[in-house]
Amino acid sequence: MADPEARKVIELGYGGSERLTMNMGPQHPSAHGVFRAILTLEGETVVAVDAVIGYLHRCHEKLAETLAYTQYPSIASKTDYVAAMTAELAYVRSAELAAKVEVPRRAQYLRVLVAELQRIASHCLWLGTWCLDMGGALGGGATIFLYCIRERELVLDLFESLTGARLLYGFHQVGGTRYDIPAGWAQQCRETVDLIDRRIDEWQEMLEGNAFFLARTRGVGVISRELAQDVGVSGPLIRGSGVAYDIRRAEPYSSYQDFDFKVPVEVAGDCLARYRVRMVEFRESSKIVRQALDGLPEGPISSRPGVKSVAQVRVPKGEAYARVEGARGEVGCYLIADGSAKPYRLKWRGASFSNLAVLPHIIPGHKVADVVAIMGSVDPVFGEVDR
Amino acid sequence: MTSDQARAHIEQRFGAAPGGEGSAIAMAVPLEQWLDLARFAREGLGCHYFSFSTAVDGKEQGLEVVARVENLDAGFSLTMKTHLPAGETSCPSLVPVYRGADWMERECYDMFGIRFAGHPDLRRILLPQDWEGHPLLKSYAVDTPHPPYR
Repeated sequence: MADPEARKVIELGYGGSERLTMNMGPQHPSAHGVFRAILTLEGETVVAVDAVIGYLHRCHEKLAETLAYTQYPSIASKTDYVAAMTAELAYVRSAELAAKVEVPRRAQYLRVLVAELQRIASHCLWLGTWCLDMGGALGGGATIFLYCIRERELVLDLFESLTGARLLYGFHQVGGTRYDIPAGWAQQCRETVDLIDRRIDEWQEMLEGNAFFLARTRGVGVISRELAQDVGVSGPLIRGSGVAYDIRRAEPYSSYQDFDFKVPVEVAGDCLARYRVRMVEFRESSKIVRQALDGLPEGPISSRPGVKSVAQVRVPKGEAYARVEGARGEVGCYLIADGSAKPYRLKWRGASFSNLAVLPHIIPGHKVADVVAIMGSVDPVFGEVDR
Repeated sequence: MTSDQARAHIEQRFGAAPGGEGSAIAMAVPLEQWLDLARFAREGLGCHYFSFSTAVDGKEQGLEVVARVENLDAGFSLTMKTHLPAGETSCPSLVPVYRGADWMERECYDMFGIRFAGHPDLRRILLPQDWEGHPLLKSYAVDTPHPPYR
């Protein structure tokens, strides 16, 4: 039986105007990892956000100082475990830039090939989980999620037959790649991207014809062009805010200058704009994959002979900043080398870290339910935020 | 503005030729000019994009603070550096100029113990608030025990 005294206290204590502090996370279904947001609410409106990160910190930068250039790439893939191919690529490129190591053309094309497949796989996971977060109105909740995961599996199958691994690959190494494509792989790859291209049409039709989806994304979580640059967001976020900034275009690496692709830009800066950018990127990535398969040059896949000891690969004293366009934006490695076989200092510039840093600026003023939609549209991967 | 013009502007303003190659400009200034350089990068050179900031521990040479900003329209970057003498752990914050410096400097404080003067909210960001020491300092051994965590 209810205690009448307790009821009285609640009635007396309710003023209707005071602020409420609500804790969201660290274990929250929409956190896409472990993230805690301490929300200050007025009614249902968020007035302040304190973002708490670091739950997944694994001392990557300290660890990198203790591992040789040949050992670390497979660990580097664990920074962004949803797009491991591009994370590894950023690391090996920083060592290649500092040591002025040439990469054979075949290896460059293979790098482009896997980076774009990785972008497709990563965007599949983003779309699925984001729509799942926004709940039942989107084709039964889990429908889009399962569709996206089904297609992502096909890309992971390709990676498995290429490297033997489905999530963390160890594909790149200083001077080239570790594996070449096996027989029949190119055909399987073409069929996969063709299939995914067709499926994207289905997803788009499901979502863009859905009034609930549009209501929950249009005008929600607007990042202005100025804020985007000031905080340093990158990838689909900055392109959704009207800045045509794509590192594949701005500073082509791994022979991206050979490929014909579009850099989608939207000006609205809201969740829907970020969604639109990524939906075009899906197709542009498949285009690049086809071009890479068509034009794949013959030749060696690494400019460096195999070494007997990990200490044999040394990088001369100097520094380099290498960046690649990952699925979430600018993934960079700032490397200080001291001539030994290990970095003196390695700074990871994770795209998700800077992208997440924009949340406290854009969430205030929105309802609690929108926090989930905005978080998902940022596509944070907490391995990369916390490193 | 091209990167060559930017180089000339920097030299004119700070009295020393910047380093770096091509469109990747690098400029080191004394600590007292750190905030001036950042303001000049933003207002004078149009570097509105904040890429990252970090630090490097040079052991007995002291710490070096690094920040990289970009002019996306003109396609050049500026890597700014300043040197803290050995034992010095205080540096002006760039948050008044670039909002992106907020989290980056918190991480820098967390990992190197650099106190950014003027930072609005200088707390640890990745490690627990009660963590002792600053792990990316070279004097911090990899196997430093940390009860009750390790």
